[in-house]
Amino acid sequence: MSELLKNIIRFVLFLFVQVFVLFKVPPLHRFIVPYLYFLFILWLPFSLPRPWLTFIGFIYGWALDYFTHTPGLHAAACTLIAYVRPFIINVLISQEGTDKNYASPSAVSMGWAPYATYVLILTLLHHIFLVFLEWMSFGSFLFFAGKVIGTTAISLLLILLTELLFFRKERFRTNTA
Amino acid sequence: MRNVFLFIGRYFNFLFFLVLLIIALSLLFRYNKFHQAAFSNVATEITGRINAKYNGIEYYFDLKSTNDALVKENERLNQLLKSSYEAPGLLNKLMTDTVMIDSLKKIQKYIYREAKVVASSVSSQTNYLTIHRGSSQNIRPNMGVISPSGIVGTVISVSPNFAVVMSMLHRQYTVVVKLKNSGERGKVEWDGVSPSYVTLKDIPQSAKLNIGDTIVTSETSSLFPTGILVGTVSEMIDDKSTSFYVARLKTATNFYNVQYVYVIDNAQYEEQKKLEDSTRKKFQ
Repeated sequence: MSELLKNIIRFVLFLFVQVFVLFKVPPLHRFIVPYLYFLFILWLPFSLPRPWLTFIGFIYGWALDYFTHTPGLHAAACTLIAYVRPFIINVLISQEGTDKNYASPSAVSMGWAPYATYVLILTLLHHIFLVFLEWMSFGSFLFFAGKVIGTTAISLLLILLTELLFFRKERFRTNTA
Repeated sequence: MRNVFLFIGRYFNFLFFLVLLIIALSLLFRYNKFHQAAFSNVATEITGRINAKYNGIEYYFDLKSTNDALVKENERLNQLLKSSYEAPGLLNKLMTDTVMIDSLKKIQKYIYREAKVVASSVSSQTNYLTIHRGSSQNIRPNMGVISPSGIVGTVISVSPNFAVVMSMLHRQYTVVVKLKNSGERGKVEWDGVSPSYVTLKDIPQSAKLNIGDTIVTSETSSLFPTGILVGTVSEMIDDKSTSFYVARLKTATNFYNVQYVYVIDNAQYEEQKKLEDSTRKKFQ
């Protein structure tokens, strides 16, 4: 399957899982909102040019906003993590050429510890920005802090489950192939 | 000029990011003030269709509770039928009325239109419902929405076949209510904590408020008819900072499984609004 087709399917699938499964789950607590949809942005290929990456992040968040009737809320958060993503990757990849030898960020291509750090930083950034925007319209600081921690914890759990269930086999690519 | 282009070329990524972020944020903050942004019309139509498809499946699992709610409502309506009542006696004599206006003819003020809920959320801080009725079916913004058991929210934007309803579970939603027993007026808001509870405010402490009291919509709310159930008092909150009661209400509507709603068209809404607005303008 081509990388483009794979990502288009992921786009639709992650969006629908978020809207029709995770948002339908009866809320456990007001601080815990299960977010998984932004994993799509984390899984985008290395080779994507940076303006495109930012733009895809924007469109993706925008698509979710259509379902939740919050124009711009998720779009802003997704644009931010899509923009910051290359910086984090540059810092974290250990070996020279990982971003050329592998298609996309994963535990196999980056190694477990750098990949976990990458996911943690972007998840935290996404939630801090999202909850911050919500906090500006209403809520107290306790709401802000509690929601960031609660939501991040549940998101990391969901990402871990997704990574284990849908283990992505990354092929090592060489120039000779 | 050349330097400007060089600057843009050099920081293109960052500037592009900034532009997208500003678009997103400006829409977000504008939307909070003006609900019917250009955003909603086409989008509601598209997402509404997808949601209607999904609801076709989800609806099946709620049939039992939906059925129960509708049967209960039928029972209540049957109680109101004329045929359920008997004339008090044979002493009534038919009198010829001298008044020229037909006082028996009632003018219908509120028109109810049923609508199917195709999407709803309870998990966010700003919850909305999408209903499968729109401007083609005479739904307009600013119409009250109720379920068989109590109030649900207010229509805020419409497309030809779908409408978006701001749920009572929205941080910016308020509704004017009154105590069913004594008629003191207050307002109800949502604090974002639990989808089953809302907060009652502004009821003066001179009134008697007890746990279990019924709260209904007030006659001053121009969106709802008087006496639609809002909720029952479940807990009194001791708030020293105000001389009004603050209480937690259990909502009458179960927002988890609301499937059918009635959209209430107040035939005199425009007239009342116009009069009130022009009066307010006069004194500004």
